[in-house]
Amino acid sequence: MSIIETKELTYTYPGATNSSIQKVSISINKGDFVILTGPSGCGKTTLCRCFNGLIPHFYNGTLDGEIVVAGLNVVDHKIHEFARHVGLVFQNPENQLFALSVEKDVAFGLENVAMPRDEMRDRVNWALKITGISDLAERAPDELSGGQQQRVAIASVLAMQPDIMILDEPTSFLDPLGAQTIFEVINEFNKKLGITIILVEHRLDLAAKYANRVIVMDNGKVVLSGSPREIFTSEEARLIGVGIPKATKLYQHLLQRGIRLQNIPVTPDQAAKSLREVLTHD
Amino acid sequence: MIEVKNLHFIYSTGLEALKGINLTIDDGEFLAVMGQNGAGKTTLVKHFNGLLKPTIGEVLVDGVSTREVSVAKLARNVGFVFQNPDHQLFSETVEDEIAFALKNFGFEENVIKKQVDWALNLLDILQYRKTSPFMLSGGERKRVALASILAWDPKVIILDEPTIGQDHQQKEKLQQFILQLNAQKKTVVVVTHDVEFVAECNPRVLVMNQGKILSEGLAEKILTNKDLIAQASIVPPQITQIFLELVDLGLPTDVIDVHEATKILLNRLRKSP
Repeated sequence: MSIIETKELTYTYPGATNSSIQKVSISINKGDFVILTGPSGCGKTTLCRCFNGLIPHFYNGTLDGEIVVAGLNVVDHKIHEFARHVGLVFQNPENQLFALSVEKDVAFGLENVAMPRDEMRDRVNWALKITGISDLAERAPDELSGGQQQRVAIASVLAMQPDIMILDEPTSFLDPLGAQTIFEVINEFNKKLGITIILVEHRLDLAAKYANRVIVMDNGKVVLSGSPREIFTSEEARLIGVGIPKATKLYQHLLQRGIRLQNIPVTPDQAAKSLREVLTHD
Repeated sequence: MIEVKNLHFIYSTGLEALKGINLTIDDGEFLAVMGQNGAGKTTLVKHFNGLLKPTIGEVLVDGVSTREVSVAKLARNVGFVFQNPDHQLFSETVEDEIAFALKNFGFEENVIKKQVDWALNLLDILQYRKTSPFMLSGGERKRVALASILAWDPKVIILDEPTIGQDHQQKEKLQQFILQLNAQKKTVVVVTHDVEFVAECNPRVLVMNQGKILSEGLAEKILTNKDLIAQASIVPPQITQIFLELVDLGLPTDVIDVHEATKILLNRLRKSP
């Protein structure tokens, strides 16, 4: 069942001459884990802003085509109506955090939907714990490092337990182990609670294994959509400059030299397994 | 070029971010500083252009203590590109942004124009010359910040997380570009979490942990030492992970690069009967 559906969606920012997204028609199913990728400035962030109504309600500009999110027509419903359904983690955490303490920042969305006090406290503590920042609860967000702020931004969206989570490069400031932990938390939400994930990401090495679908944008258009394996081995993706995981790249290098592994690997584990087969068989 | 002697730094909050760092960075060297969030990486490199002054110990740039020179003077030799470009950018147009420091350093108008054109071209942002930096995407703003530093041609270039927000193609260009700067004998210091980026550049790597230096050495030695880097929250590059899985088949454990990996595997497969 599709939870996000767009038809010929085109949007132009106020005062801009060119459309930032052009005739985008996509359908995302409930429970999908989607990686949205493509060159900088290709319209990924703009498209995400349509998913929770920031476009057109906050940014104005001109929106054409159709977009329905969680059963709501985005043009006819206000931003606050999407708050329960769609959580957006911004690219730059500083643009998202504003409260005097981490705890208050995480509680803000819950206060807005008038959640009872006890439940709210539990929910906040849970979100802080799962993102590994319980010890920062009393701290001021603007005193924290980029990586810590990113965790706060994620916690405040997780706390809402939305149907759809959109994360715009959510781990860019985190160290690799920290990034992996966050991806695993997101993955758990996706697999256990069926929350639909849309992850905007250039670094596909870490994220690829969790996704069931990759959408590639270029110049405001959706140009490719398919399973990670399909996309990572497609010639178009290479030409657009999609960051193919090294495990898949190794597969391709070997293939060019006449060695075909049984399966197309997306992760190091998968590559090691296929390599073990050829290395021990011959 | 940069000499760090018993450097301690304590923030006004009482947090001791650096606990006795000793380090020499040679002229023309390429160093990557890695480690966990909060390990002290950014605090360390902010000492290289005098943005921070040691609480104890000293930092010498080109033989002069950073305590004795102003940040403005140090900046002529040491360019610093911030992690978050929004901390750096403020001008109305990209062009003004890049010209700003050049004007401050007192370059002549024609030199400024030449340098601005050169930097815009180099970082592929010529088309944004008259655009406000704040209208650009995160990755593009990052390139504007880098262009504004490179324009005055400092000897040392410090980049705090340069690959954040860059798409794959821009990242490859940036990588070529950093290697090229280094080939031109510039000293390059990169703070980064991006293991794949480090694996492809193979610089000297400094691993920090809780305000101290945990280890240092060539990338291929450091990134393939799984236990060591785990202490610094670093995950080995994918190629290394694959080879570490296959260690029982007699494959080498110090491989970080996909081309080298392909070569080794082809050799093995061709040798077998």
